[in-house]
Amino acid sequence: MHYSWDWLIFFKPSVTGEGLYGLMLLRGLLWTVALSLLAWTLALGLGLIAGVSRTLPNRAARYLSTVYIHCFRNTPLLVQLFLWYFVVPELLPLEWGNALKQMNPTTNQFLTVLVGLTLYTAAKAAEQVRAGIESVPRSQKQAAMALGLGTAAAYRHVILPQALRIVIPPLTSDFLNVFKNSAVALTIGLMELTGQTRQLSEFSAHPFEAFIAATLIYMVITYGVIVLMRHIERRVRVPGLLGAA
Amino acid sequence: MGYDFDWASLQRAWPYLLQGLQMTAFLVAASMAAGMGLGTLLAITRIFAPRPVAALVAGYVNLFRSIPLILTILWIYFLMPVVLRSVTGDPNLSVGPIYAALVAFVLAESAYYCEIIRAGIGSVRAGQMQAAQSLGMSPWQAMRHVILPQAFRNMTPSLINQTIALLKDTSLVYVISLNDFLGAASKVGQRDGRVVEVYILVAVVYLVLCTAGAWWITWLQRRKAAAAI
Repeated sequence: MHYSWDWLIFFKPSVTGEGLYGLMLLRGLLWTVALSLLAWTLALGLGLIAGVSRTLPNRAARYLSTVYIHCFRNTPLLVQLFLWYFVVPELLPLEWGNALKQMNPTTNQFLTVLVGLTLYTAAKAAEQVRAGIESVPRSQKQAAMALGLGTAAAYRHVILPQALRIVIPPLTSDFLNVFKNSAVALTIGLMELTGQTRQLSEFSAHPFEAFIAATLIYMVITYGVIVLMRHIERRVRVPGLLGAA
Repeated sequence: MGYDFDWASLQRAWPYLLQGLQMTAFLVAASMAAGMGLGTLLAITRIFAPRPVAALVAGYVNLFRSIPLILTILWIYFLMPVVLRSVTGDPNLSVGPIYAALVAFVLAESAYYCEIIRAGIGSVRAGQMQAAQSLGMSPWQAMRHVILPQAFRNMTPSLINQTIALLKDTSLVYVISLNDFLGAASKVGQRDGRVVEVYILVAVVYLVLCTAGAWWITWLQRRKAAAAI
């Protein structure tokens, strides 16, 4: 093979004059981490609301959340992202659309991806939350009602404390999915880790080192999250349930 | 609202979009068939092979499950030609985006299918294997005629689910400018200056396709629940 390996490439100055090549990857990693952490946190909140709404006695709330979850789970993330980036600004009132288009491009891209990722992930998280709530025996809710708790109090003190602990493992894999899905940001020009890797491989003419480094970064973070979450799962498991063992 | 919709523009765009849809269908069908085939082999290897081989397969599965699909597609598209050129010694060899996308999807999806099929095989009772072997079947025959048919029946819903995910994931070939449904839509939308209408149509078509898949799963599960009574 005629390829000349050079692992020191990451410590050489970039042809763009933006510092070392390694810094490009680091900058990409920061975008990826910022995006996934923010999107996941927001998605947990929204997913909790949507998931709970699906199990509420109120019909309108149930209907609305069902439609939201169905639509956002059953279209590709990339299509949703393009809708937010190319379509929504056109449909907003003129001044709003112009304000969006005149924004700093990076801020605009970041916010768009954040909105897209959050709504996509929240729809998935909502299904996990609903499954968790449904796995809590019905008698728990009936017992809570019999003690005189209202719907809100029953959810707050009886159902959710059990349901949320059951759904921690699936929510972990949701986080890993956000982390991987954030790579779609490169399609609208936000240079997160995968986007930077592609640029790095073109600028430096050392594509193998660039791609291998990115792959290792993704793998290390994935394993880190898995190890961390296993620890958390052990701490918060519901005593007496089989899956907790 | 400051936007004038021109839905008639979709009529002009439709032939081109249809070609894109065909490309998407081809990508899904080919990656599903090859991915499931390879996934089954991987799953069997992971369960029955000696430990070092099984560990190797586990490493493969974990690798492709932990990196973004876009990264896999870019890996294959940019670097597979380089590797192939040095292996074959042909300096002009090139790999088109279609083949690159197919290879990337088969590699990544086989890892996902492998985990589903492994769970499916695990759901068949161990006595089935023993019974088949006591009837004189070889382990391979028992796998083929007794275990796999039951396993595939148990995991059909998960397999359909993964295939819906694959349908959604094929839109990612946008990054290597392959004209799948979304790629065709973005090109024709820019050509006509009708990005808004085209993207809305694309979203609706994907929604309808995935909804049909989701209903199919519900129907299968209901039938299974009814059969169990």
